[in-house]
Amino acid sequence: MSSLTTPTALDVPRIRADFPVFEERFNGRELAFLDSANSSQKPRHVLEGLTEFYEHSYSNVHRAVYELGERATAAYEGAREKVRVLLGADSTREIVFTRNGTEALNLVAYAWGLSELGPGDVVVSTVLEHHSNFVPWQYVAKRSGAEFAMLGADAAGELDLEQLDEIERRGRIRLVALGLISNSIGTVNPVEEVAAWAREREALTVVDACQAAPHRQLDVATLGADFVALTGHKMLGPSGIGVLWGRQELLSAMEPFNLGGEMIRSVSERETTWNELPNKFEAGTPPIAQAYGLGLAVDYLTNVGLDRIEAHEHDLTVYAMEQLATAEGVSVLGPPPERRGGIVSFTIDCAHPHDVAQILDSHGVAVRAGHHCTQPAMEHFGIPATTRASFYLYNTREDVDRLLEGLAGVRATFG
Amino acid sequence: MSDLYRELILDHYKNPRNHGELDPCDAHAQGQNPLCGDDVSITMNFSGDDVSEIRFTGRGCAISQAAASMLMELVEGKTVAEVAELPKEELLDEIGVPLAKNPARLKCALLSLGVVKLALHRARGTALPEEWAGFEER
Ligand SMILES: Cc1ncc(COP(=O)(O)O)c(C=O)c1O
Repeated sequence: MSSLTTPTALDVPRIRADFPVFEERFNGRELAFLDSANSSQKPRHVLEGLTEFYEHSYSNVHRAVYELGERATAAYEGAREKVRVLLGADSTREIVFTRNGTEALNLVAYAWGLSELGPGDVVVSTVLEHHSNFVPWQYVAKRSGAEFAMLGADAAGELDLEQLDEIERRGRIRLVALGLISNSIGTVNPVEEVAAWAREREALTVVDACQAAPHRQLDVATLGADFVALTGHKMLGPSGIGVLWGRQELLSAMEPFNLGGEMIRSVSERETTWNELPNKFEAGTPPIAQAYGLGLAVDYLTNVGLDRIEAHEHDLTVYAMEQLATAEGVSVLGPPPERRGGIVSFTIDCAHPHDVAQILDSHGVAVRAGHHCTQPAMEHFGIPATTRASFYLYNTREDVDRLLEGLAGVRATFG
Repeated sequence: MSDLYRELILDHYKNPRNHGELDPCDAHAQGQNPLCGDDVSITMNFSGDDVSEIRFTGRGCAISQAAASMLMELVEGKTVAEVAELPKEELLDEIGVPLAKNPARLKCALLSLGVVKLALHRARGTALPEEWAGFEER
């Protein structure tokens, strides 16, 4: 089926033309790239913009007095403003650039967790979390003597909020860490509800939006979160850039994370004081071009429209789930399309997920296989790994058809 | 790339040789490949200087499990010294599919051999060569 008949307002052929990678041929065929949840492809707007930046505006930021330094600083800070608008945040003081989503989450765990948590406190993560929003909390809980609690899920992979009552009996709830969209099975979590629950207990909510920010409109105030983490490379930007949004009063009161240049106000043998926000959390030379590139990606996404992207991916998800339901031996994990992002994770009875991915590769279909950095979720489902197809603005129903064709190939080999 | 799944590999995957566990055994080790979640456990018995019996259990992708099965045939009846020296290439030749361009899958293919080396090292004190050092940390 051609993408021209896809019942959405996105002009996918035009979008695909913006992504040079689709001019490549793999095993003689156009790439059916179904691994954007892992990392997305990049449009020319970002690629060419980065080259131009390096050619005309590059220097270190915040310290050069010459004109090039001003251009670079303006580009870097301009990107911060674009991210602020994207998230609906009040101030660029609340937008901290990090290396990736993992570092954004670790920043909160170390800077807030290590100094705020202690015996009698409870930190809650969930069974669906990516390891980067699970392991740091488990670790700082252990280091500080707090209790680490894992909120479970039901058979469909949806969080079981009733368990919160039992978790609450274990001590004082201080922080809840959860993702907006699960990267391994696609569940959209009821973040607003959980954040409201946490707020009633004067606990903080940390939202991992790495899988949500690329695909839907976010608003930090609506989410009710205290911290939100995202990562640039999954949203058309370069790798090496992530974002932490945090409420200003929390960031202000927090201990620093990395220490060194740029994050200080003054240093002497006796005492060092911290720079203002957000520099306090950006020690050393930051990912300058990467931040600029993320800003370009935000431009591109905003231009296409995140609402339209979400609708397009929903359409592909519905279609993929319908098709996979007819495929022999295939079981799809996770909730119905209404409560999932553009992610479809499945197993096939005759083959291991890595062998599935390998055979799909020979059909020019790129998917991810493995535990997706969510081992607790895999354990919950009693499986070691899944094969995962994930969608983005450049995918078509044809890509889904190619997936199904590849799965027929898997049957032919292993069935 | 599908030539990865040539007939012989699929045959070993579907009908693994020497599958099981020796109890009691003279040597045992287990190893995982975090990428695929492959898991291989190997037990051996010695008779004099020979590896007289060897069995494996495991789960994971076809490459890792077929390679383990092929390794059983390679190892059984060899001397401990021969197995301790057994080069990767010999197992890779046996597997006979192009993995050079695919370092991730190479790890799957070599998992069982690393586990065998570790088991020998622990039971007989034979040196664990540098290239297998990672296995000891797991
Ligand atoms: C849900 C989720 N959280 C966090 C991350 C970590 O992002 P990064 O690898 O960019 O640090 C990822 C991606 O791997 C993810 O899918």
